[in-house]
Amino acid sequence: MSDRIFGVVGILLAVSFAFAALAIEESFLSDAVGPKAFPLIVATVLGISSLFIALKPDAAPQWPSLGRLVEIGAAVVVMILYAELLPVIGFVFATAFAATYLTWRLGSGPIASVVTGLCTSVGIYVVFHLVLGLSLARGPLGF
Amino acid sequence: METFASLADGFAIALTWQNLLLALLGCFLGTIMGALPGLGPSNGVAILIPLAFTLGLGATPSLILLTSVYYGAMYGGRISSILLNIPGDEPAMMTCLDGYPMAQKGMAGQALSLSGVASFVGAFFATWGLIFLAPQLVKIALLFGPAEYFALFALAFMTLGGVSSTNQAKSAFAAALGLGLATIGVDTQTGVPRFTFGEVHLYDGLDFLVAIVGLFALSEVFIFLEKRHGSADADKSKVKVGRLTPPLSMLKETAPTMMRSTGLGFLAGVLPGAGASLGSFISYSMEKRLVDKDKTFGTGDPRGVAAPEAGNNAAAGGALVPMLALGVPGSGTTAVLLAVLLSLNITPGPLLFSQNPDVVWGLIAALFIANFMLLAMNIPMVGLFTRVLMVPPRILMPVVAMVSFVGIYGISGSSFDLLVMIGFGVMGWVLRKLDVPLVPIILGTLLGNTMENNLRRAITISNGDWFTLIDSPLSIALWVIAIIGFVLPLIIGRKVKSQMHASRDQEGSVAD
Repeated sequence: MSDRIFGVVGILLAVSFAFAALAIEESFLSDAVGPKAFPLIVATVLGISSLFIALKPDAAPQWPSLGRLVEIGAAVVVMILYAELLPVIGFVFATAFAATYLTWRLGSGPIASVVTGLCTSVGIYVVFHLVLGLSLARGPLGF
Repeated sequence: METFASLADGFAIALTWQNLLLALLGCFLGTIMGALPGLGPSNGVAILIPLAFTLGLGATPSLILLTSVYYGAMYGGRISSILLNIPGDEPAMMTCLDGYPMAQKGMAGQALSLSGVASFVGAFFATWGLIFLAPQLVKIALLFGPAEYFALFALAFMTLGGVSSTNQAKSAFAAALGLGLATIGVDTQTGVPRFTFGEVHLYDGLDFLVAIVGLFALSEVFIFLEKRHGSADADKSKVKVGRLTPPLSMLKETAPTMMRSTGLGFLAGVLPGAGASLGSFISYSMEKRLVDKDKTFGTGDPRGVAAPEAGNNAAAGGALVPMLALGVPGSGTTAVLLAVLLSLNITPGPLLFSQNPDVVWGLIAALFIANFMLLAMNIPMVGLFTRVLMVPPRILMPVVAMVSFVGIYGISGSSFDLLVMIGFGVMGWVLRKLDVPLVPIILGTLLGNTMENNLRRAITISNGDWFTLIDSPLSIALWVIAIIGFVLPLIIGRKVKSQMHASRDQEGSVAD
């Protein structure tokens, strides 16, 4: 069943990709092939292979339970927050927060998580910024 | 003799303090990454690419660092196979079959050192193979025009699927997805934006480094979150390592096995799309057929440890041949290395050997140096690495995630790229669940633009005649091989692959 849905999504993707390709505005200075041909070939391959996936599905994979899916979703939200907050609150705080969260969700106790998160953040800061000289996001406090 | 002169020049380049230090660092980090279950050579190299850039390393030093990581990970994968019966990366899964039984018999130290020697033999001779085979391949490649290159890229994509997935439709899907992603951005020939939806960040196209780190490293974090590997690290310290040198008789007994496996593994590596997993698999099965007269394979036979290790390390060297000579990588990790070269504005392929001989020969010399370093590191110091295995994933995986973010942010300094990377991470997780191989996606995003340019150049040269693509004997031959490579696995590949997967541990990491 998973593969059938996947195949249908793939076909939709191929069709919309083809439409988007047809909508590309041609420049008046074009070569013999133009910017549309290659995307259209790719869309065809994408469509045909999706059709095969939908028609001849493999055994369905074991999807995680709802709880695990929420877990992954939450991790994605934390990572997005991390990406957005990084330039605002600075590298050390943002990283400590994100690493603490991930360590906690992977099974450490609350206090151990905070300690690990802080160590990870400071460790990366020391190694990558102070030793290797990589420029990291600066917060209001300068780190 | 020209070869040896070039090699000597290569050593002159590689033997600077900076490069030696980078090789040492790469070998060390690589062995650790190979040894830790879940971090394989491709994500190991992927995580370190941004670091190499932001450190401002030149082309040769970056490649030395990253190929040392590559070779190191190939060595390191065996450690957890032998001690824990969990392959550290996919190529090492065959080593579990005899390595773990040896460890249970109290011969863990001997298994580790023997496999270290086997890895060395495999990698050492494969590097020689690289030296002699690559220039020959370059001579052929110099005959290629745009039409032949287009056929060659098609060949790479069509044969890649045969081994990297059980389902050809899924690998074709992955390749097309990758090629489609590559077309995002301003068209290089006419200057019109394609598939950018007015988003200015997309005009430059998707950075393939962002895609690679997201697909490989972040998806691994999601897999761990899904399974929460807390239980896997319970009884690690119980295995006694024991004596750390293999007896001479054992070395003598396994020497023919090592040599045969090296040859086979190297061939498997050179073939496009096969890579190290196949190298170790066919070496093991071959040895089992040839020498397993007393049915001792699978119960701790030293030859069963030597064969896959020599095979996968030889394949790692072999996979560098098509990557350097043709610009078409033979495996996931070499695809990642290709990304490095492209980002450094170096185009691999036949011209690399004439235009940047310092890069090629410096790299090859560094491979020899790295090999000796790895041998030294992996036999007396293997105890150090076994201790690293005790770091639980709940501490390790957040570090991996954070280092990925740091690396990508370090390159571009934009949050937009981080968001794209998270998107690729989620996509990688879903696709891995659906058993869609990730390597063709990476290869597609890497090679898409070159492939399209060659297509358009070929047709422009022939004034719009599409039949120019199958006009020369060379391109016809390439198309025929491509079609055979695509169809043959449909007939026999399924069997080989299911045998390979039957012996695979449930936590499948991405193909080498």
